[in-house]
Amino acid sequence: MPKYMLIMRSTQEALDASKDLDFEAIINAMGAYNESLMQAGVMVGGEGLSDPSEGFVVDFSSDDKVVTDGPYGEVHELFNGFWMIQVADKDEAIEWARRCPLGPGTKLEVRRITDESDFADFADNEYIQKEEGWRDELAHKAEQG
Amino acid sequence: MPSGTATPDEIGRRLAAIWRIEGARVVASLAAITRDVPLAEDLAQEACVEALRVWPRDGVPDAPGAWLTAVAKRRAIDTWRRREALDGRYAAIAAALSESSVDEVEPIGDEVLRLLFVACHPVLSLEAQCALALKFVGGLSSEQLARLFLVPVATMQQRVVRAKRSLSAAAVPFEAPDPHEWQERLAAVLRVIYLIFTEGYAATSGEQWVQRELATEALRLGRRLAAMLPREPEVHGLLALMELQSSRFAARTGAEGEPVLLEDQDRRRWDHAAIARGRAALQRVDALGRGRGSYALQAAIAEQHAIASSVLTTDWASIVVLYEVLGRVAPNPIVELNRAVAVSMLEGPATALLLVDALAADGALAGSHLLPSVRAKLLSRLHRPAEAKREYELALSRVTNGAQRSVLERKLWALSTAREFDDDGVTITSR
Repeated sequence: MPKYMLIMRSTQEALDASKDLDFEAIINAMGAYNESLMQAGVMVGGEGLSDPSEGFVVDFSSDDKVVTDGPYGEVHELFNGFWMIQVADKDEAIEWARRCPLGPGTKLEVRRITDESDFADFADNEYIQKEEGWRDELAHKAEQG
Repeated sequence: MPSGTATPDEIGRRLAAIWRIEGARVVASLAAITRDVPLAEDLAQEACVEALRVWPRDGVPDAPGAWLTAVAKRRAIDTWRRREALDGRYAAIAAALSESSVDEVEPIGDEVLRLLFVACHPVLSLEAQCALALKFVGGLSSEQLARLFLVPVATMQQRVVRAKRSLSAAAVPFEAPDPHEWQERLAAVLRVIYLIFTEGYAATSGEQWVQRELATEALRLGRRLAAMLPREPEVHGLLALMELQSSRFAARTGAEGEPVLLEDQDRRRWDHAAIARGRAALQRVDALGRGRGSYALQAAIAEQHAIASSVLTTDWASIVVLYEVLGRVAPNPIVELNRAVAVSMLEGPATALLLVDALAADGALAGSHLLPSVRAKLLSRLHRPAEAKREYELALSRVTNGAQRSVLERKLWALSTAREFDDDGVTITSR
């Protein structure tokens, strides 16, 4: 069963507008959605992200890497959080995405999470194997953290 | 209602996806009124047929589950009104249906739980329980079930029809079990879910992805049950066990589809997100403070393997203790055999051989290839190749699974070519 990431993207206007909304109502709507994902046994992970002003961007365009505060300047939609779900197929992922309680100015980008089958032809590749090692280290750290 | 120009095929796929999400709730809320699960399932299926007719024209409604439930209820009322004169039983149901608002659909987890208890009712064969649990609660069609259980569609349809007839014949009520039988019935539900999982996990022949799909369906049921019964330790124990075992999926078959034993697996390929989920579920068991049952103990053993970087650095002392406790909670010769393997890792093959010989003397596992397989391995580690060879041959004469046969043949070949037989692992994983 494939896993999908539901990536929440909002425009700055939608984010600003949401500050005037009843925050508890938003929490309740999201909570009910999360609960339905849990009750259906499809939720495998997810996090919300804090305000982009707390974040920063590293630009790799030049050798001298440039770090700037805040969101990446050119984008009109900000990445605010994500869910990871494990579902039967793409059709079911679409149905879950449709049910997400988001409003105007917001989009969900849904991407399938790669698994080892995506790299089956390169299983013996030195770099793919190294990458598996890195992935493990990260997972170990996440587990301990 | 959004206007839709979707093709019937697109609608069919959307309906299937919607059914996976909401089918259990639709059937459960209908069963709550009719008190008859097979009937509720039939009504829901009729509503799906109606949806396939109407949705391509009108579009998919905003609340498709509620739509299906409402249509099923209306159809039931219409049918039964006509039959009222013939049979008093229908009159009562029709009255109950009319009283409940046709548009109200309360997604109540408790009703889905009742549905799962009915699907796993002891009047059904285990085979039928597996099929109905996946059909009623997992939202799988008979076609999908047939594909997963590798049987013809007609066979699966027949199995489902017969199971539904059995439920009707036994007048199985749409109720959660009474407190006095709660633990026993819950154990039956857990057994069905784990059976579905192992059907997928253990079968190493056939199409790999099909087997894995089945195990993942069991995981989904397990996650669902854990959300419905958060205070039952063994529910989390089973979920932990399934998550931890499924973390090894990618590593347990080689490039040619041959099985790779735990000791030979590339541990970098284990799914560490699944391991983290399994460990979290095990922590929930312990947080409930009511002790670990047999699933949680098996999960704890799997956890020890999951967190070890190699066979040699595995905490075999903890594993031996866990097997001892498991043997007391759920006495079983397979557990004893696994304990012997763990002892061989902790104290060496000689001590373990005594345990295995004691098991053999009891006549346990007679006819199974497992006991001679383990004996063979211990004997070869004790540098007694002739006896080891005889045990491998005995194991080969008993094994039925082709993939396991090839593992034994490889071991035998390694022995007969007098290669340095440096084998320090576990033969069988906890099942």
